[in-house]
Amino acid sequence: MTFLLESETADAHGSGGGLDPMHQFLISPAFEGFEFPTVFGIDLTITNAAYYMIITTLVIILGLILMTGRGAMVPTRSQSIAELMYGFVADMIRGIMGEEGMKFFPYIFALFTFILVANLLGLLPGAYTFTSQIIVTFALAMISFTLVLITGFAKNGLGFLQLFAPKGLPFMMYFLIIPIEVISFISRPFSLAIRLFANMMAGHVLLKLFGGFVIMLSGLGLVGIVGAIMPLAVATAVTALELMVAFLQAYVFAVLTCIYLNDALHPSH
Amino acid sequence: MEIEAAKQIGAGIAAIALGGAGVGIGTIFGNYLAGALRNPSAAQGQFTNLLIGFALTEFTGLLGFVVAMIILFG
Repeated sequence: MTFLLESETADAHGSGGGLDPMHQFLISPAFEGFEFPTVFGIDLTITNAAYYMIITTLVIILGLILMTGRGAMVPTRSQSIAELMYGFVADMIRGIMGEEGMKFFPYIFALFTFILVANLLGLLPGAYTFTSQIIVTFALAMISFTLVLITGFAKNGLGFLQLFAPKGLPFMMYFLIIPIEVISFISRPFSLAIRLFANMMAGHVLLKLFGGFVIMLSGLGLVGIVGAIMPLAVATAVTALELMVAFLQAYVFAVLTCIYLNDALHPSH
Repeated sequence: MEIEAAKQIGAGIAAIALGGAGVGIGTIFGNYLAGALRNPSAAQGQFTNLLIGFALTEFTGLLGFVVAMIILFG
């Protein structure tokens, strides 16, 4: 799918006639006119996606350092927020994986906050949501999936494959069940990736569409400006929905990763 | 039929899949509410499962949206 690269701008203006909700997903260099070097055949330009990834990481690191810098026993307001985030992710991990799951806490916390801050920053006007790129979400999903595979085989050896053969079935059923289980297992990273990508892209397309309606209606004079209240109200409601979706999708990505890790830690269900 | 017209029609048909997503999400939340009204103290414990169920259901509907996008812009 090359339709979101800079070289395909002709496609971006293809269908839609004036209203173009897809143009916002173009990947382009973040700093105009500054030439980045190509090292060992890898182009090092900072694209808008990379730029926002850097901003996300800095926001998380600086935010957490500032919030927990004092380390007071009776937490201040900002320290409570950090403790809330910690408690939320820790409860999630302990609830799903038990105490031995806490060794994955750094990864799950980083994953959760990264996706959350990325989604939230993308809602600011003029910002770029890099989680609406399939390759970014696919990379995150493959990291989770690889972690699951490594944990599964490191902890259980070949016994990890019992995951595909639940106990207590009649013998002939296994010929049907095992391929189905394998396919469902292989589809996990894809579902993680596509879920986040489709939610983010759908949300931003919707926002751009209604924003476009407001502009189009306002261009029609006084009657148009009064009529533009409607798409403006809908755009506000969709923004509120997108705030909820930002949290929800980050949470769901983290929870599903925890569940898959639990399958790796305890494969005999 | 020109390719542009066929693309638009294909994308429109692919978007029908989102109706199924709507039905599924409504079912999940409706059942959760019915159960929560019967047994309010147990409702909080199942909230996680509610969100997971919602996400998985919405995902299958969004696959239709993704197909529509691929047809229109791919």
